[in-house]
Amino acid sequence: MELNKSQLLRFTTAGSVDDGKSTLIGRLLYDSKSLFEDQLEAVTTTSKQKGLDGVDLALFTDGLKDEREQGITIDVAYRYFTTPKRKFIIADTPGHIQYTRNMVTGASTANAAIILIDARHGVIEQTKRHAFIASLLNIPHVIVCVNKMDLVDFREDTYQSIVNQFEAFASKMLIPDIRFIPISALLGDNVVNRSEHMKWYMGAPLLHTLETLHISSDINKVDARFPVQTVLRPQSEGYLDYRAYAGRIAGGIFRKGDEITVLPSGFTSRIKGIEGPDGPLEEAFAPMSISISLEDDIDVSRGDMIVRSNNQPKATQDLEVMLCWLNNSPAKPRAKYTILHTSNQQKAVIKEVIHKIDIQSLNRNPDDKELSMNEICKARIRTTKPLMIDSYRENRTTGSVILVDDMTNETVAAGMIV
Amino acid sequence: MSKYYLNYLDELESEAIYVIREVWAQFQNPVILFSGGKDSIVLTHLAKKAFHPCKIPFSLMHVDTGHNFPETIEFRDNLISALGVSLIVGSVQESIDQGRVAEERGKNATRNALQITTLLDAIEEHKVDCAIGGGRRDEEKARAKERFFSHRDDFGQWDPKNQRPELWNIFNGKCFEGEHFRVFPISNWTEMDVWNYILRENIKIPSLYFAHEREVVWRNDSWIPKSEYLIIEENEAVEVKKIRFRTLGDITITGGIESEADTLSKIVEEVSALRQTERGNRTDDKRSETAMEDRKKQGYF
Repeated sequence: MELNKSQLLRFTTAGSVDDGKSTLIGRLLYDSKSLFEDQLEAVTTTSKQKGLDGVDLALFTDGLKDEREQGITIDVAYRYFTTPKRKFIIADTPGHIQYTRNMVTGASTANAAIILIDARHGVIEQTKRHAFIASLLNIPHVIVCVNKMDLVDFREDTYQSIVNQFEAFASKMLIPDIRFIPISALLGDNVVNRSEHMKWYMGAPLLHTLETLHISSDINKVDARFPVQTVLRPQSEGYLDYRAYAGRIAGGIFRKGDEITVLPSGFTSRIKGIEGPDGPLEEAFAPMSISISLEDDIDVSRGDMIVRSNNQPKATQDLEVMLCWLNNSPAKPRAKYTILHTSNQQKAVIKEVIHKIDIQSLNRNPDDKELSMNEICKARIRTTKPLMIDSYRENRTTGSVILVDDMTNETVAAGMIV
Repeated sequence: MSKYYLNYLDELESEAIYVIREVWAQFQNPVILFSGGKDSIVLTHLAKKAFHPCKIPFSLMHVDTGHNFPETIEFRDNLISALGVSLIVGSVQESIDQGRVAEERGKNATRNALQITTLLDAIEEHKVDCAIGGGRRDEEKARAKERFFSHRDDFGQWDPKNQRPELWNIFNGKCFEGEHFRVFPISNWTEMDVWNYILRENIKIPSLYFAHEREVVWRNDSWIPKSEYLIIEENEAVEVKKIRFRTLGDITITGGIESEADTLSKIVEEVSALRQTERGNRTDDKRSETAMEDRKKQGYF
């Protein structure tokens, strides 16, 4: 692998064992030779104990004790494989409605989502829900795999009608890039290797598609945003007056000499120096972890944001968000939560649930105001002090928040700023 | 024209530095769990980069089983003095002497599980609210479910079924007194990534990782080093082999593999061709299907 060029692609797979999700992941790992002999042996032994003829690829994704006993995925599991072109991180999430929160979690960092459709059943409610979550979480690329093509005799017309069904409802969603691939995860058709059974399919197999998706533009490189994590003040010999602001660039590009504004104070200055992991840099871009020093001695601390003076985020105490509730105990009306946004933290209150999304039908319901686990709504939140925000569509880092319940310290909700 | 995207090692490095800085910003008294193994060495290297030109602003904590490779201890002490940070040692021997834990018996006895008590005692004694570890999700199936910021209750226990959701890169490190967090900045790295990074950064690692001649015994499908702690059975023969270690744990449970790889680039080449997982040579994981999950729930690394 060429280390200097090879990029990292994170993708999520939502689905249940019935859709062949585990088999698909097992197939990707197996055919790309990402499994080790001892893993293979363990699974071969278990397959034999279960009285199966071949190797049950789904066993490769077995997780915790309870999950093995119940034969389901409960939580997000992360898996890794590498090809000569790219390194991949799979967020393997359960697909049932009661695990919506886990799907949302897995989707939050993904460049791409794989949506599995059983060719025998076509587009079902679950498919629409998965596409909706991909759209809600602004996943840039969606790959729809029509699986189990072997069970419909590899027929092109079956595949095409599913593609048409999907396109019909997905046109209402905000998904910038959708691709379709007919596959059989069980037999390996169009997963890593091109199918011998579906000569009519002219596109690339799944792995090749994943290897060549254009992902460099997935991160906003236009609006420069630098949330300050911490201040570096060595106060040691040679560095007596040194003061730099450490953080990870959340958007855009910063250059030495740039005129910047520190928010919320509004003080302006110029970038004196940028320090990267390997020393001084002329410029740096998202998502690099760097430190910035300024020409002027101004007060900057954690929670502040350094931005270019001519391109600023919105400072506001009133947020409109798409909120996904993640906790067992439902949202408490008028209750205060701690809101975390980049490195900033404030108190917040949910002022109003505008409408709830019925995640079965995807219809809006303006009358239902209760918000319990796995439910998604549009809501208004008021914070004690202004947050420096962009919309989630423009920037997934400066456009996202989580809510923490002060009574339990648990993360109870995830919000995408509208 | 310059390119405006990171290659995958740079992205992993950036992510890890971000997580380490987040620990410093969110906790009062964090430590790095340092075993002397390659993962904790890489972690320490990343911490150094995260705070440059400041010193690493927290201590290293070593849980000393007493069954160490002497090379590991020497390496640890040199690194500590080079970095100018302080070292906290939790001693399993002391836990045994104080009657906190009892030594396992028999030929396959190890002090692996005993470390849990010593670790939790040290965390409590030093009022540590966050222990940064070099655990990786690719290592083991229970670790595949681990969060970057992993909550531990006031008994130090992990509750895998009730973990806090972790979205985007927003980390919630809030906890009550007596509870603590384990944070894993290199969660998303694989063994291969760690080696490629060590090679790229030319990071110093203990000599044990390089092929060398050593007296060993063939047991549980790997070469166990002869040491004063190893009980050698009558039917076992001590042989001299050229071996190296893929992971470093207790000297009693860490098996070596036969190898000629005596430079970093040869190791990277060898690792990329290996067809066994690295923990395949760790007898601590072989005890049962859920050995790691069970230990982690109790408070293991």
